[in-house]
Amino acid sequence: MSETQALKTCDSVPSPRGASREALTLKNLFILGAVVGFFIWSYSGAEIHLSQLFSRDSFEQIAVYVKKLFPPDFSAAVIHEALKGTIETFAISFMGTLMAVVIAMATVFFASRNLIYSGLLYEMEPNSGWKRFLRMVPYLSAKSLLNLLRTIPEMVWALIFVFLVGLGPFPGVLALGIHTGGVLGKLFGEVLEDVDTQPIEALQATGANRLQILFYGILPQVLPQFVSYTLYRWEVNIRMAAVLGLVGAGGLGQRIHIAISLFLENQLLTLIIAIYILVTIVDYLSAYLRRKMI
Amino acid sequence: MLRPTLETIQISVLGTLIAVMVGFPLGLLGTNSLVVHGILNDAELQGAPVRRTFRYGIYLTARGLLSLFRSIPEFVWAFMFVRAVGLGPFPGVLAIGVAYGGMLGKVYSEIFEGVNHRALEALQSTGANKLQIFFYGWFPQALPNFVSYTLYRWECAVRASAILGLVGAGGLGQQIEISMRMFDFSQVLTILIILFSMVAAVDYISAKVRAML
Repeated sequence: MSETQALKTCDSVPSPRGASREALTLKNLFILGAVVGFFIWSYSGAEIHLSQLFSRDSFEQIAVYVKKLFPPDFSAAVIHEALKGTIETFAISFMGTLMAVVIAMATVFFASRNLIYSGLLYEMEPNSGWKRFLRMVPYLSAKSLLNLLRTIPEMVWALIFVFLVGLGPFPGVLALGIHTGGVLGKLFGEVLEDVDTQPIEALQATGANRLQILFYGILPQVLPQFVSYTLYRWEVNIRMAAVLGLVGAGGLGQRIHIAISLFLENQLLTLIIAIYILVTIVDYLSAYLRRKMI
Repeated sequence: MLRPTLETIQISVLGTLIAVMVGFPLGLLGTNSLVVHGILNDAELQGAPVRRTFRYGIYLTARGLLSLFRSIPEFVWAFMFVRAVGLGPFPGVLAIGVAYGGMLGKVYSEIFEGVNHRALEALQSTGANKLQIFFYGWFPQALPNFVSYTLYRWECAVRASAILGLVGAGGLGQQIEISMRMFDFSQVLTILIILFSMVAAVDYISAKVRAML
């Protein structure tokens, strides 16, 4: 798995890649200077000041707020609401991931180069002129569709869908499904693009057609990775589903939004604890599942 | 629209800076082979269970803090910081700093954990003290991964800070929120296009820089 490349989705903690060399050169110094300049620009440009950060004033503000959070409200009604929110979050993430898999599976075969217009499958055909161009069309359109779905963040999708279909968990499902569909499409595509070509060649030598090659040569190779990526995205989606509610898309986030807007800080802490527990459990569960599978 | 775009980038840069300031010390303290076990400590802590327990306490505290920081999503952090310090870019910086500090800290400790211990042993056998071992054995090995992962997180921070504004934490997100509230969808589309090109540009720059490393 090309890990660092594939997991470029921000919610992950990809394993570090080994690469090391060279010491202080002029180029490095130049880069260092550029970085420092960048920091200074950022520091002076925004109305952010580190002195403000470390000032007594803002510390006091934060301290006052933290004090208001305690003690968490563990009354039955709040617990009930938190539980409901947690279950809803879980449901949103599940349905969203399911939808994403459907979207990804529907587009990914068009969006991987070696299946649609080049490589081993097409080496016997005249690979030039309008035929190649014709094959490029589904490839490019699938690829750009996936890019579009992927680059708009879940939050923005959620905001849009809240406007379109109203408040509640449904826009959350749509937002997660569409964004994750794009992400999974990209990840699946990368997996498809570096399948081992030897089995394909072997199948081709026996006279299998392209569909047969797909089902007997390619899919068995990639399915485990598809499943593992889907699980991983599901984990990410649970975290995301927990906060999508901040723009009105159901789940724990919506309750958090309500609690914050009504200044119910004690309830807020309960909900945050619920998120913490949910995320921690999901972390362990998915780490366990992936260990089991690999 | 230029102003909020720049503001978004500034939020992400300062947020990442704070994240490094939060994540680096906690990541160091949360590294088992640096604080509790491993060749740096084995000789020293051999017959001292009390000190070992104390060190273990530090380690667990750092780990716990990191896990707390990164388990609460940055949106919730932002929301709370907006309540605590008011609207604007400042809560966005804090939210990214805290949430990404947790993630960076965890990854830093993994990087530190994964260095080649032979080099450290070699240094130790020449009689280097702990600080020397750290700076000449540990740090040079970890640095490339370290920088590369931080850059990667910065990319993510750009995205995050662009949408953190939806809860009032400055940058492009706040503009999206405002335009949405005014049902000015063509403006929303403009902002989305800006967001798209900004993210693409940052991805490109960061990929180039990481390729140079």
